[in-house]
Amino acid sequence: MEIIKLISSYAIPVFIFIVLGYGYIKGVKVYDVFIEGAKEGLTTALRVLPYMVAMFVAIGIFRASGAMDVLIAIVTPAAGLFGIPVQILPLAIIRPLSGIASTSMLAEILRIYSPDSYLGRLASTMMGSTETIFYTISVYYGSIGVKKIRYTLWAALLADLAGLMASILICNLVFDK
Amino acid sequence: MVNGIWVLLILIGLVVSVFNGKLEAVTQSALDNAKYAVELCLGFIGIYALWLGLMKVAQESGLVSKIAEKSQRIMRLLFTGIPLRHPALGAVTMNIIANMLGLGNAATPLGIKAMKELQKLNPRKDTATDAMCMFLAINTSSVQLIPTTVIALRSAAGSSNPTEIIGTALIATICSTAVAIIAVKIMQRFF
Repeated sequence: MEIIKLISSYAIPVFIFIVLGYGYIKGVKVYDVFIEGAKEGLTTALRVLPYMVAMFVAIGIFRASGAMDVLIAIVTPAAGLFGIPVQILPLAIIRPLSGIASTSMLAEILRIYSPDSYLGRLASTMMGSTETIFYTISVYYGSIGVKKIRYTLWAALLADLAGLMASILICNLVFDK
Repeated sequence: MVNGIWVLLILIGLVVSVFNGKLEAVTQSALDNAKYAVELCLGFIGIYALWLGLMKVAQESGLVSKIAEKSQRIMRLLFTGIPLRHPALGAVTMNIIANMLGLGNAATPLGIKAMKELQKLNPRKDTATDAMCMFLAINTSSVQLIPTTVIALRSAAGSSNPTEIIGTALIATICSTAVAIIAVKIMQRFF
């Protein structure tokens, strides 16, 4: 499992080296082009700000009121069935439904359980391995007017479940519980 | 969808807080979280700027299109319904590569373009083709090489090693994409 830890430490440095090295060799003005792209970072981050505030406040209210504990208690039997830690289950449920809600929920989990705990690492891995399903499917099919989507949703949900299971297995192997 | 989730979280939360006598805690949490959300987004600026700066270099140097060109061979095996040299394959590949590299902004327009190209090959315009199902299953199972938002969140929460989940997320995402491909290949025989 050392190899997986190596991938984690090497990924970003190697990536930066390849991108900048290749760009420099190809005669791209790397510094100027980098700045050009970096400007988009500002607008991208600020564009999500109102969405983050809205969703983060909603999740804060839901948790502080005790409703999150009720939800966790309700879903506990289902979690046991799949071996999913109960604290992660609300995130797993909301992940395919909404990108911004799951991002906010992950932020909450990391703040409460610490990012370096087993739960923090598992939630991060899960979040990095699946995507918002319903929104993407409706936008993409909507753009071309397809109404009968056949088995698209089932395949996507099955893949999502597989990603969840794989996250749990791999985190149990790599990180200490 | 988001509308419903958002309003339900708040309304249920408020009702439950009355029963639990936690109205003050709820108010406090709402204010705290509004403030923390802004801090998070400020943290996003740095990581997004770094990432999008690098990606701009990768695009300008032709690295992104080169990777897309190379991966078309693999894509052809998955999208058997697309004829050789049809622009649909290029559009599909570009979108999947953009998703892998975390180019969120660029990915959606590329994806819609890919859907339009796939629609040209569709004999029944209101029904999804196998290629469309394959494309969306791969797209939503997300093979993102470096999950930048997750890293930004971990870093904001004070992690001592924000990037340690890159390897585990990569393995998990490969599993989910593999299941997506297998599921589509099997289900297309029955639906």
